[in-house]
Amino acid sequence: MANAAGAHHDEHHDHYPSFFSRWFCSTNHKDIGTVYMFVAMFAAIIGGGMSWYIRLELAEPGIQFIQDKQFYNVLLTAHGFLMIFFVVMPGTIGGFGNWFVPMMIGAPDMAFPRMNNISLWLLVVALLMLLISAFVEGGVGTGWTVYPPLSNSIYHPSPAVDFGILSLHLAGASSILGAINFIVTIFNMRAPGMTLHKMPLFVWSILVTAFLLVLALPVLAGGLTMLLTDRNFGTHFFDPAGGGDPILWQHLFWFFGHPEVYIIILPAFGIISQIVSTFSKKPVFGYLGMAYAMAAIGVVGFVVWAHHMYAVGLDVDTRAYFTAATMVIAVPTGVKIFSWLATMWGGSIEFKTPMLYAFGFIFLFVVGGVTGVTLANSSADLVFHDTYFVVAHFHYVMAIAAIFAMFAGWYYWIGKMSGKQYSEIWGKIQFWIFFIGVNVLFFPQHFAGLAGMPRRIPDYPDAFAGWNYVSSIGALITAVGTLLFFVILIRTYASGAKAEQNPWGVGATTLEWQVPSPAPFHTFEDQPDMSGKAPAE
Amino acid sequence: MRNKLKMILSALAGVLISMGPAFAGPNGDVRSSDWQIWLQEPASPTADRIVAFNGQLMVIETLIVIFVMGLMAYIAYRYSAKNNPVPSKTTHHVGLEVAWTILPIFILVGITIPSLKHLYFADRTPDAEMTLKITGNQWYWNYAYPDQNNLTFDSIFVPDDELKPGQPRMLTVDNKVYLPVETNIRLLMTSADVIHNWAIPSLSVKLDTVPGRINETWTRIHEKYVGKTIYGMCSELCGVNHGFMPIAIEAVSKEDFAKWVKQAQAKFASDDPKANVIVRLASAKVTR
Repeated sequence: MANAAGAHHDEHHDHYPSFFSRWFCSTNHKDIGTVYMFVAMFAAIIGGGMSWYIRLELAEPGIQFIQDKQFYNVLLTAHGFLMIFFVVMPGTIGGFGNWFVPMMIGAPDMAFPRMNNISLWLLVVALLMLLISAFVEGGVGTGWTVYPPLSNSIYHPSPAVDFGILSLHLAGASSILGAINFIVTIFNMRAPGMTLHKMPLFVWSILVTAFLLVLALPVLAGGLTMLLTDRNFGTHFFDPAGGGDPILWQHLFWFFGHPEVYIIILPAFGIISQIVSTFSKKPVFGYLGMAYAMAAIGVVGFVVWAHHMYAVGLDVDTRAYFTAATMVIAVPTGVKIFSWLATMWGGSIEFKTPMLYAFGFIFLFVVGGVTGVTLANSSADLVFHDTYFVVAHFHYVMAIAAIFAMFAGWYYWIGKMSGKQYSEIWGKIQFWIFFIGVNVLFFPQHFAGLAGMPRRIPDYPDAFAGWNYVSSIGALITAVGTLLFFVILIRTYASGAKAEQNPWGVGATTLEWQVPSPAPFHTFEDQPDMSGKAPAE
Repeated sequence: MRNKLKMILSALAGVLISMGPAFAGPNGDVRSSDWQIWLQEPASPTADRIVAFNGQLMVIETLIVIFVMGLMAYIAYRYSAKNNPVPSKTTHHVGLEVAWTILPIFILVGITIPSLKHLYFADRTPDAEMTLKITGNQWYWNYAYPDQNNLTFDSIFVPDDELKPGQPRMLTVDNKVYLPVETNIRLLMTSADVIHNWAIPSLSVKLDTVPGRINETWTRIHEKYVGKTIYGMCSELCGVNHGFMPIAIEAVSKEDFAKWVKQAQAKFASDDPKANVIVRLASAKVTR
C-alpha cells in the first residue's frame, strides 16, 4: 500500500472476506447498510403487494377477490407492520443511516460493529416471524394497533398474534440496539473539529431518531409483554373482567406509536435536507433552526400521543390539552418547510432525479401536514376519526413521503454505494409515474373520508364506489412506477455507467463525496481534520 | 377585524361547499352520495358547528398549500440552474426565521380557540330529555331506552341478498333505532365484547364502545329530518364483520316516537321490560 496516501485506501487494496463472512457475519457498516436496504426492498415487495391486493378488492363495491374477511384484516395489519417496521425503518435508519452516518462524520465504522450485525439479523428473524404469523391459524387481524380485547385470546385464540407480538419484540430490540449504536457513534466518533453544530443534518436527524427509539420502544415492549401474559398466562392488564383496562394498552401503544411516526419521518427530513442543499448548490438555510426543529419535533412528539385516542372517551379537558399540544407540532415542521424553500431560494437548482423526489416530498408533506392540522382538532375528529381522511393524511405526510425520501436517497447515493450511476432519464420517468400514481391513489381518499367512509372495511356502501375506483387506478399507476424502479435498480447494478467520486458538483460538500465511488471497504481510517471548516450542510 | 376575517372565511367555505354535490343523500336519506367530496349534511347542532368549522379549516389549509406550491413553482422557474447560474451565499436571515416561527403560531391559536369551544359543546348535554344506551356486540348493536321502560332490542345487518328494493346496500339493518327530533338525547355507550365505535357522520357523533366503561355524549336531531333515516357505520376495527354492523336511525316526531315506543314494547316483549339491562346483556352473550 505504498501509494495509499490520504484518508482512504484504494478499493483494489481492500481485503474482502468470503461471501458468507462478508454478508452474513458482517461487521462493516457499509455491507450491513446494503443488507438492510435489500431486506427493506424485499419487505416492500410483500407489503406493497398486500396493499395492491387490498386496492384490487376495493376497486368495486362488493366482495370480489378476498372472500375471507379475516384474511382482509390480516392483509391490512401485515401491510402496516411491514411498511413501518420492515421497510421504512430498515431503509432509512438501517440502510442510509448505517451507510452514511459514519462517513459523514468521518468515522471508520460504527462504534459497535458486532452489535450492528445483531441488530440486522434480529430484524431479519423478526420479519420471518411476522410472515409466519400470517400463515398460522387465521393470522393477525387486529390492525397494526393490536387493540385488546380484539387481540386477546378470546377473540384471537390462534398463536398468530403471539408470533406477531414476538416479531415486534425482536424488531424493537433490533432497533434499540441500532439506536444505541448510532448515539454512541455520533457522540464519540466524530472527526476532530466536527462539533455537533457542524454535523450534516442527516446525522442530526438520525441522532434525534435514535433518541426517540431508545425512549419509545421500551414502552412498546412493556405493553407487548403485558399483552403476551394476558393472552397466555392469565393476567388481566387489559381485561376489564379482571380489573384491567383496554384503554391502558392504547396509552402504552400510542406513547410509543406517536414518536414512531417521527422515527419514520425524521431521517426522511435529513435525507431531503442533504439533497435540497446539494442540488441548490447552497448551504442549508437556517442550519441551527433546522437541527433544533428536529429536536423540538422529537420532544413534542412524546406529549401528543392521545390525539390517536380522541374517540375512546377521554375526559374533555384531556382532549383539549392534546388538541393544543398537537397544534404545536405544526410550528417546527413549518420551520423545516420554509427553510427548505429558503435554501432553494437564490440557488442554482439542478433538477436531477433526487431533487425531483425532494420537491415531491415537500409537496406531499405540505398536503399531508395541513390535513394533520384538521385532524389535530378533537372536535373535527368527531367526523374524521377512523375514516379514509385519516388514511389519506398519514399516507401523504408520513408513509409515501418517507418512501419518496427513500427513493430520493437511493438515487442520490447509489453511485457512492454501488459505484454505478443510474440512468437519469429513466429516473425522471420513474419519478413522474410514481408521483402521479400516489396522488391519484391517495388524494381521492380525502373525499371518501369526508363523505364518511370508515377505514379497514373490505366492502363499502355503493356511494363510495367512484372515489375508490379512482384510487385503485392510482394504485395501478404506482405499481408500474415501483416495478420500473426495480428495473432501474437491476440495470444500474448490471450495466450502469461508472459513478464519479462526486457526480453532483459543488453542492455536494459532505464527507462521503470525498472518497471514491464505490466507497472503499474501509474509509476514514485516519480521521479528517474538520476544524476551521464551515458547518457541514 | 376578527369578525370580518370570520365572515370572509365563512363565505369562502360556503363557496367550497357549494362546489360539492348536493348535500342530501339518495331518497332524501341522510347518507353519502356518489362522488361526494364534502362532509355529510349536518343534522344536529354539533354537526352544524363541525361542518362550518371544517369549512373554515379547509379554506385556511387550501390557502397554505397554494402559497407553498406557488413558492415552489416560482423557485423552480426563477432559480433553476439555467435562469440563475450563480447561487447566492445567503444562509441566515433572523427576521425571516422569526417570522415563519411566530406567524404560524397566530394561525394555530386562531384555529385552536374555536376548536376547543366546539369540543366542549359536543362533549355532553347538561339537560338531557331522554337517554339511549348503546351496546356494541360482535357484530350488531343493542339499543336500550331506560326512560321507556327499558325497551331493548338488537339491530342487525341485512346482507345483500335479503335487501328489499330501495334499501341501501351495506347500511340496512333489521330494526332501526328510533329517535325523536328536537330532543336532547343522552347517549351512553358500552360494549359486550371488543371495542366498537358508534359513528353517525351527519350528527358528528363518534364514540368508542369500550368493555368495562360507559362513555357519554349527546345529540339533538333537527326537526327537518322527521321521517328520514340517518346512517352510520362501526368505526373501530372489531373483527371479521367490522364493516358489516351499520347504524340506522329513524328520526321521528315526538308524537310518533311515543307511538313507536308502544308498538316496539309489544314487538320486543319477549324481554321483560323491567329486567336489568346488564343482566340481560350478560345472558345475551351466552345465548347468541
